[in-house]
This record gives sequence, structure tokens and C-alpha cells, in this order.
Amino acid sequence: MKTIILRTASDFLLPVLLLFSVFILLRGHYLPGGGFIGGLVASIAFVLDAFANGLENTKKLLKLHPGFLMPFGLTLSVLAAISPIFFGGQPIMTGLWAEDPIPVIGSIGSALFFDIGVYLIVIGASLTIIFTISESA
Amino acid sequence: MLIAVLLGFIFAISILVIGKFVKGKQSWLSTLIPLSLLAYFLSFIPQISKGEIIQQTYSWIPSFNVELSFQLDGLSLLFSLMITGIGTLVFAYTSAYLKGHEFLDRFYAYLSMFMGAMLGLVLSDNLISMFVFWELTSISSFYLIGFNNSSLASRKSALTALGITGMGGLLFLGGAVLLGELAGTFQISEMIGLADEITSSSSYVLIAVLFFGAAFSKSAQFPFHFWLPGAMKAPTPVSTYLHSATMVKAGIFLLLRFTPILGNTELWHSTLIIVGGVTMLYAAIHIIFRTDLKGILAYSTISALGILVFLIGLGTQEALIACLVFIIVHALYKASLFLITGIIDHETGTRDITQLAGLKKVLMPVAIAGFLAALISGGVPPTFGFIGKDLIYEAGLNWGSYTWILVGGALLTKILLYYAGFVAGVKPFVGQLPTKFENVHLPEKRLWIPPLVLVSLGVVLGFVPHLAETALIAPGIEVLMTSTETFHLKLWHGFNTALILSVITIAVGTLLYFVLIPSHKKERFIERFEVISPKNIVLKITEGFTVFSTLWTNFFQNGFLRHYVATIIGFLSLVLGYIIFTNFDLSLDYSSFSDLTVYEVAIVLMMITAILFTVFSRSRLAAVASMGIVGFAFCLLFLFYSAPDLAMTQFSVDTLTVILFVLVLYRLPKYLKMSKNVLRIEHGVLSIIFGALMTILVLKVLQEPVNAEITDYYAQNAYLLAKGKNVVNVILVDFRGIDTLIETCVLIVAALGVFGLLKLRLKTRDKK
Repeated sequence: MKTIILRTASDFLLPVLLLFSVFILLRGHYLPGGGFIGGLVASIAFVLDAFANGLENTKKLLKLHPGFLMPFGLTLSVLAAISPIFFGGQPIMTGLWAEDPIPVIGSIGSALFFDIGVYLIVIGASLTIIFTISESA
Repeated sequence: MLIAVLLGFIFAISILVIGKFVKGKQSWLSTLIPLSLLAYFLSFIPQISKGEIIQQTYSWIPSFNVELSFQLDGLSLLFSLMITGIGTLVFAYTSAYLKGHEFLDRFYAYLSMFMGAMLGLVLSDNLISMFVFWELTSISSFYLIGFNNSSLASRKSALTALGITGMGGLLFLGGAVLLGELAGTFQISEMIGLADEITSSSSYVLIAVLFFGAAFSKSAQFPFHFWLPGAMKAPTPVSTYLHSATMVKAGIFLLLRFTPILGNTELWHSTLIIVGGVTMLYAAIHIIFRTDLKGILAYSTISALGILVFLIGLGTQEALIACLVFIIVHALYKASLFLITGIIDHETGTRDITQLAGLKKVLMPVAIAGFLAALISGGVPPTFGFIGKDLIYEAGLNWGSYTWILVGGALLTKILLYYAGFVAGVKPFVGQLPTKFENVHLPEKRLWIPPLVLVSLGVVLGFVPHLAETALIAPGIEVLMTSTETFHLKLWHGFNTALILSVITIAVGTLLYFVLIPSHKKERFIERFEVISPKNIVLKITEGFTVFSTLWTNFFQNGFLRHYVATIIGFLSLVLGYIIFTNFDLSLDYSSFSDLTVYEVAIVLMMITAILFTVFSRSRLAAVASMGIVGFAFCLLFLFYSAPDLAMTQFSVDTLTVILFVLVLYRLPKYLKMSKNVLRIEHGVLSIIFGALMTILVLKVLQEPVNAEITDYYAQNAYLLAKGKNVVNVILVDFRGIDTLIETCVLIVAALGVFGLLKLRLKTRDKK
């Protein structure tokens, strides 16, 4: 499935889609979106790239195996979940929020880091599954 | 006291770090652990003998009423001293017995874990923590029996023992929960005051039966006894420690501990007397037919445990005193006989009693220990064993009804136990020394001093019984009985029936020793009855289970994915159909439905077309793509019903699913017609039925009154508590964040599973 049109388009689509996935991730707290959907969009972006340029090239682009994203994401989520213990001994999963919102990103809080963790896990898990299956099929 | 209990576990874990050291020349240093515990518990004797009870409580899981509360009284002190005392000797003995063994460090870890668990068990005042320690003893026993894990027989015995004692543990848990609910507390010391209400309540019978099951399986009572002879596959120090002196007495301990609470009923007395009586006779008769020294000792241990249960069943003060004394006596002589057997096995390489003789020439100190152990075991005066045996007869004589049956049973058992003690403790040492054993030499001190220590204690206590009486027996009895009379242990009770019975025991036992020579012929004779033994019956049942589960699995898990899916859906349809057509009113209130819109009709038509196309398509890729259309149509529906989050997720998931399918199917050969038409129709009908049922269900759900409390709570508090305006996302990352965390873990496990399965297969293919 190596058509020139798709290949050319995917070169532009990959960064745009990734940016879009981050956008979906960040806006999740106020509007439809969130880590799970963002992660799925990002993995679709990579899968599209793999379709256009071949799996090997996408893997080269990623440098690391996508599976490595999973432990990072999980660590981030768990840290975000247990962080309230270290800030005044509140129960885990208590929402912690910075006082002043940051431009573009918005309010920063433990829930955001939790969602980023979910985002990374979803990318890692879905790409691992798809890459593994397409390699062995 | 918490530290005392945990010390064993701490040592077991620290083996990970200091394992090399424990394995090496300094292995005897680990003896210091039980020794220090022994000293610690000995220091309580003055307080306990004054009648004090020491209680210490540590909070563990307060929300479930589970506390680590320990109670040191006469009963638990007796057991603690036995555990740490024999533990000290066994630890020392092991350092020589398993010298240089590859896994000596592991062995010590299991052994000290067991010691900690056993101490926790006897000291616990909380039923739940007692259960936890009870299970821990079973588990450490499993590891110790299977210590020679390269031998199939060892592994099998370990599994049998774990199965039986684990089942007992389950019964214990059931009994404990029931009893705790009934009494309103899990503290054993608080239940004693409620004894009357507990015994008269309707669930008493169930509680008692569950506790009986637990105690009988742990203490190897008929018909659960068969795991104990199997457990003799363990190295001898284990048999000494767990399977004669301490762990098997956990069941006895349980019965004693609950005597003041559950005892004093007809059910309690008669069950224990019958089961204990049957066990002691059954096992005692088995002794005659054994030739393996450890086999003889195993059966005599079962028989002794039977006596103990029998005495608890009698339940009079005399019987309970006899029980406590016999626990000490038995621990002293049986542990030393096991240790002696271990030495013989270690030095000569055999435990076959028909081959062993004349070893006293080469193993003199061991022979002395063996001879004294036999005397204590036989209850020959002036040893402590004599006092124990005398008390047993008196307890039987004074019980009132069925006196002669009870005493007759006890007499026969004691005679056979006398015989067993002499066969194990005397026979290997007397007679002509076979030439092949002439090179046997005395092993190092750490092996033969422990049994000598034990037997000398047994002899000394015979002369000064009041030592044991004031320190252990009297405080112990006070825990067991509500009102006690004063009593004194003494060697000489005057000329009475019990004395005559004692004389008969010794005379007939000695006669038996000379007449009944153990032989392989006798062993083969008893093996013919193996078919009807409880062991065989249980094994047959387990085999039956295996056969059944194989058949069951092969039927349902035949390797065809479509078969699995059809089974699941078929089963669900049956259950759903049954509920819907029996309990539901099938009429629907159409007025509550909103009007159809053009969009909805269009989407549904799109779906139906896509589904029909999927079913009748001749190309795989086309089928998958049209499946994707169904999914996207769903996304549209979600959008119309204002669920954009759901729609977006469904959209991405569907895209990825189609991609996945395409990736896999792309390489497959052209679409072949794999299934027969009949099967296709069958599956089609099943699908339609299931779909119809689900539709009815969903329609019915819509008509149920909706509880909007949770929805309102989330809607109102999403911004207040979690600073988010998108309620769905707030639920995901905040309100139900733990759920999300666990779901992501599931996702990771799935990804790793796919990766592992496929990559593993790739590698093996590469190898070829």
C-alpha cells in the first residue's frame, strides 16, 4: 500500500494528528476529549504512517519500541494518584491543583498528569498490539 | 510479644541476604533464634504460675475488627515452650544433619517461618489472626514436606498434605466467621463469657462441625489421617518438629482453646470420644504392620493424637490434666525417637527395622537416648511417661458410663504404643551387629545431644513432677475449666485399678515386643487392604475430578473460536430468556418514546445494509470494512444523543479494530467457505435470538424508574470538587480514578500478552 499520495499526505498528517491528539488530551477536562481518546488518536496517527511508509520506517521514526511508553505512563499515573499523600497526607486520588493557570495549557493539577499517564499507556498498548500482530501476520 | 512472633518471619526473609552465611560452617548460629525465644518465654513462667494472663494488642485492620492480639496464659505458654524448646534442638540438629546441603538456607527459612506461624497461632487471641497463622503453618509444612523437590513422591505427599490441611483451614475460616458473627466479637477471651449463649444457639452445631473438621484434618484424625505418613517424606528434622511435636498438635490446641467456649455439650463429648477413639485404635493397629522406622513413628503419632482428642472429649478435669501431661510427654519422647531415627538413617543409610540391629556397640549415647525414650513412651516408672499414662487410665475409669469400652480401648492403644516405642527406640540397638554396619561411627555432638536432652527431661520430670505442675499444668487447667479443684501430679498413687492397668500394659507390651517381629510379610498383608483405605478413596475421588474436568474442558474448549462465542451467547440467551419470560411484563409503554427522526431511520437502514453485506460477503476485507461501517453508524447515534466523548472513543476504537483486522486478514488466503450452511443458519438464529433478547431487555430498562442521585452528584460536584466541566472525563480521572488506573493495567497486561504470545512463537519458529 505504498502510494505516493498517501505517503506525501502522511508526512504532513503525522505531526498534525499528534498535535491534535495532545489538544484532545489537554481540553479533556472542560470539553469532550481526554487521555484515552487522545491516546487512540495518536496511535492512529502512527498506524497511518506505518501504512504509508512501512512498519520498519515508522519504527525507525519512533526510535524506541512503543511498549516502553507503558511503564512510563503507568508510573506517571500512579505517582499522580499517590501524590496527595506527600502533600499534606490527603487520601490518594485527591485532586491537587496549582493556583494560577498556565497560558495555552490551562490549569495544572494531578488529574492532568494522571490523564497524561493514561494517554501514554493507551499509545503504548495499542501500538504494541498492532505492531506485534502486523509483524507476525 | 509481636516481635517474638515476627522474629521467625524476619529471619526467614533475611535469609535472602544472609543465605550464604547460614548455609556455611556457621549454620549452627541460627539456633540462637529459637534459643532466645525460649529464654524469652521461660522468663514468663513466674508470672504465669501465679495465675496471671498477659495480653497485648496491636491494631492491624481495625475496620474489619481484626487485631493482632496475643494472649499468654498457661495453655499458650505450654505450647510456646514446646515450639521454641524443640525448635532450638531441631535447629541445632539440622545444622549437622543437613550439613553442606545445597538448600540449607532455604530449609532454615521455611523452618523459622513455620516457628513464627506456630507461635502466632498459639498466642493469638483473635480468631482471624489465628486463622492466618493456621494457614501459614500449612503452607510452611507444604514447603518442608516437599523439600526434596526433585522426588516425585515428596511433591505428591506435600500436595496431599496441603490439600487436606488447606481444606481444614477453609473449614476453620467458616467456623471462625460464624462464631465471630454469633458472639459479636472475634476476641477469643471475650467469647468465654458467652459460652452458654453460643452452645444454645441454632448455629452451634454447624460451628462445632466446622471446627471439628479443621482440627481433625490438621491433627490427622481418622479419616483424614493419611497425609501424615506421607508427610514423612520430609527430612527427619521436619518430621520431628512439625509432624510429631508441634504442627499436628495445632488441631489439639484449637480443641483445647475452644473447650471452655464450645465444649460441655453432648455433641462435643461424643464426637471427640468416638473420633479420637477410632483414630487411636486404627493407627495403633497399623503400627504392627510397618517396617519403616518413620512409618512406625508416624502411625504411633497419629495414635497419640487420637488419645489426646479422646481425652479432650472426656472433658473432665482429670482428663484435661492427662491431656496436657500427655502433650508434654509425647513431645519429649516422640521428638527424641524421630531424632534418633534420623541419626540411624544418617549413619547407616536405612530405616528398615528388619535390617537394623546391634547398633549400641557403635552408637552408645544414641542407644541410651533410645532406650530412655522407649521407657518414657511405654510409661515405665519412674519416668514422666508413667504419670501421663496413669492419668489417662484414671480419666477413663472415672468418666462414668461405658467405662470398660473406653478403658479397654485406651489399654489396647497404650500396649501397642509401648510396643512401637520399643521397636523404634530399643530394637535397632540390641542383638548382633551386622557386619555391614561395623564401620558406622558416632556422629558429631549436635546430632546426638538433642535427643539426650529431651529424654533426660522426661526422666527428671518423673521425679519432680511438681515442676511441670506449677509452671504449666495448673495454669493451663485454669484456662480450660471454669472451676478447678486442687490436684497434684505424683508418681505413686497407691494400689488402684490404674496401677493394675499400667502393669498389664508393661507386661503385655514387653511380651508383644518379643513375639511380634516386624517383617515385610506383614507389611504386604496390610497393603492388600489399601484399596478400601481412606487415602485410596480420597485419591480416587481426586482422580475422578481430573477425569471430569478434562472431559468438561474438552467439550467446551475445543479450540474453535466460533464455538466459544456460540457457547457464551447461547448460555446468556438461555438465562436472559428465562428471566425475561418468567418475571417480566412484556407490554411496553410506547407513549414514553420520543418520535423517530429521519436521521435515525437513515442510520438504522445503513446499519442493516452493512450487516447484511457482512454476512453475505465473499471477501474478507469487504466484510471487515462493512463491520466498520456498523461501528461508525453507532458513533453517529451517540452523537445524536449528545454523547460526544463516547462517539469519539467509539470512532477511534473502530478505526483501530478495522486496521487490526485488515492487518491480520490481508495475508490470509482468499475467502474460503469454512463452515457448513447448517452451522451458519444455526449461528444466525442464535444471533437473532440474542439480539432480540437484548433489545427487549434494554427497552424494559428504559421503563424502570431512573435513580438520578449519582448522576446529579457527579454533575453538581464535577466543577466544585474536581475543577472540571467535562463530567465524563472528571469521572475517569478523578471520581473513579482508581478504576481507570486498574483498567490501564489491564490494557498493559493485554498488550504484553499479545507481545509475549506472538514473539515467543516467532522465536521457536526461528529455531527450527
